[in-house]
Amino acid sequence: MSNVIIPAASSLASNGQTIQRPASLLRQALRLRRTQIGLAIMVLLMLVAMLGRYFAPFGETAVVGDGLPNVRNAAGTLFGSDYFGSDVWSRFLYGGRPILIQAFFATFLGVGSGSSLGMLAAYRRGRFDEILMRSLDVLLSFPQLLLSLVVIAMFSPSAIVVIMTVGITTMPRVARVVRGAALQVTERDFVAAADALGESRVRVLFSEILPNVSAALLVESNLRLTYSIGLIASLGFLGFTPDLSAASWGVMIQQNRGALTFQPWGVLLPVFAIALLTIGTGFFADGIGRTIAGIDRGKADV
Amino acid sequence: MRLPLLKFVFRRLLLGVATLFVVSVLIFVLTKAMRGDTATIVLGREATPEAVKELRSEFGLDRPILTQYTSWIGGVATGDLGNSFTTRESVWAALSSRVGSSLFLLFCAGVVSIPLSLAVGSYAALHRDKRFDNWSSFILLAVAALPEFVVGAVLVIVFATNVTKLLPATFYISPDQPPWGNMKGIVLPVVTLSISVLPYVARVTRAAVVEVLESDYIEMARLKGMQERTVLWRHALPNALGPIFQVIALNLAYLAGGVIVVEWLFNYPGIGSALNDAVRARDLPVVQFLALSIAAVYIVTNLLADIGTVLATPRLRTRLT
Repeated sequence: MSNVIIPAASSLASNGQTIQRPASLLRQALRLRRTQIGLAIMVLLMLVAMLGRYFAPFGETAVVGDGLPNVRNAAGTLFGSDYFGSDVWSRFLYGGRPILIQAFFATFLGVGSGSSLGMLAAYRRGRFDEILMRSLDVLLSFPQLLLSLVVIAMFSPSAIVVIMTVGITTMPRVARVVRGAALQVTERDFVAAADALGESRVRVLFSEILPNVSAALLVESNLRLTYSIGLIASLGFLGFTPDLSAASWGVMIQQNRGALTFQPWGVLLPVFAIALLTIGTGFFADGIGRTIAGIDRGKADV
Repeated sequence: MRLPLLKFVFRRLLLGVATLFVVSVLIFVLTKAMRGDTATIVLGREATPEAVKELRSEFGLDRPILTQYTSWIGGVATGDLGNSFTTRESVWAALSSRVGSSLFLLFCAGVVSIPLSLAVGSYAALHRDKRFDNWSSFILLAVAALPEFVVGAVLVIVFATNVTKLLPATFYISPDQPPWGNMKGIVLPVVTLSISVLPYVARVTRAAVVEVLESDYIEMARLKGMQERTVLWRHALPNALGPIFQVIALNLAYLAGGVIVVEWLFNYPGIGSALNDAVRARDLPVVQFLALSIAAVYIVTNLLADIGTVLATPRLRTRLT
């Protein structure tokens, strides 16, 4: 899953000649069936995750029925009670938001810093580029989960730490891809022209180079969101979460898996939700990536 | 070997060693910054200050940080990994069987997933845009995004608990037995790891084979009227070897990270679950050693892939000066 650059994204570098704006690119990408399916699933799951709590029949930590844990048909519940005696359905409806919010912020942080560094490296070249990319390689020699585990253990599994860690481990991966895409752009005449006009480096970076790598950035952001959701859910599954009593899909799977044989819903619901959410974002990212790479030029197949 | 080639290999090795050194510093600094004093955590909250002080000196935590690093890295180099903070056993004694178990798991997963992904990827490439290619690409894409523990949980539901009970849901083995004593228990962890790694490797393989098949020399060979089988085995395969090295390395590197969650999920007694426990217990020597060895596997496989790619690709080999 994570740690690796999907070929569709890295091949952008060689296809950078035709610059596409995100809006028209999106429209074009939506002609592909996989983009449509991806977007539909993604939007549906995001709605469930963000708004589900307002439709939950019980409170996040309320005990239901007779207060007995792991009862499949506890009175008044749709999917029975969980390991603690709470309503599985309500816990499920509450449990998506923390993962999604943390994943969004982590992706924002990782893609923001990674793309800035990648563009800067491509623009400055030379020794700066070499030193920066080699130091990022050091971060790349850890599996994302390993580094996250160590860092989270050393501070605390609070939301901020999770966001920072996932963001920072995402950064070098984004930087590599964006540097590749930006290298092509920095060789073009308008960058030289902007330099000759004496524009500031920041301006050249953000108003000359950035718009021309925005397509690559769009794919990369989607991919990174997919991986961040998976990573944060995995951390929850391993028990690294701010508050064990708060509902969260990854944690839910860990907490309820002991009762899998007689009350599977506490595991099934979050498993399906995480699976669908990551599949949706993955399909969406792939659809855009394919459109850029021109694999399916206008051809609407799967 | 020609001199430029030796020079390249040497430079690449040097870079690998340098990366490993920086990685070791990073791991050391990170684990040193861990929240909470290790001695206090080991002894519990009620410990007297004297006991804490004594333990700190036993662990060597009262020495200057640079001394701590040099003695640690010197120990790693000479095979003396220090003692675990929790069991007080030597780290190597506590972990050697775990390392073996994890290597066995990795080996099995590699044996299953490497040929399978190469087969799926090249079959899809050879039958490009046919039904198999379209469907495999669709399915692999869906699976690619799934976290390992979700894949594992689904497998457990289907094969070990609710749907069927063909396989055990957790790996159980008595401590004095090797992991191959329970081959039935290792099936689900191996399948989970293989499913997680397959999509990416198959996609890279497909892309590599497609690129080779589209090259001029393959077209030339076909135009010469060569048999398709000869074209594939004599012309396409040797040229796809470079990327395939990369793919295998990626596969192994990826598996090294994947074991952390998969071992925890199936209760497999390897380094992944040891790392989880050690991180929770702030057992610094164990965390340091495991983090360093997983990172080392990562670095070494990438290094070998780089060298292997260059050696296997005539175009790259001759470009070296």
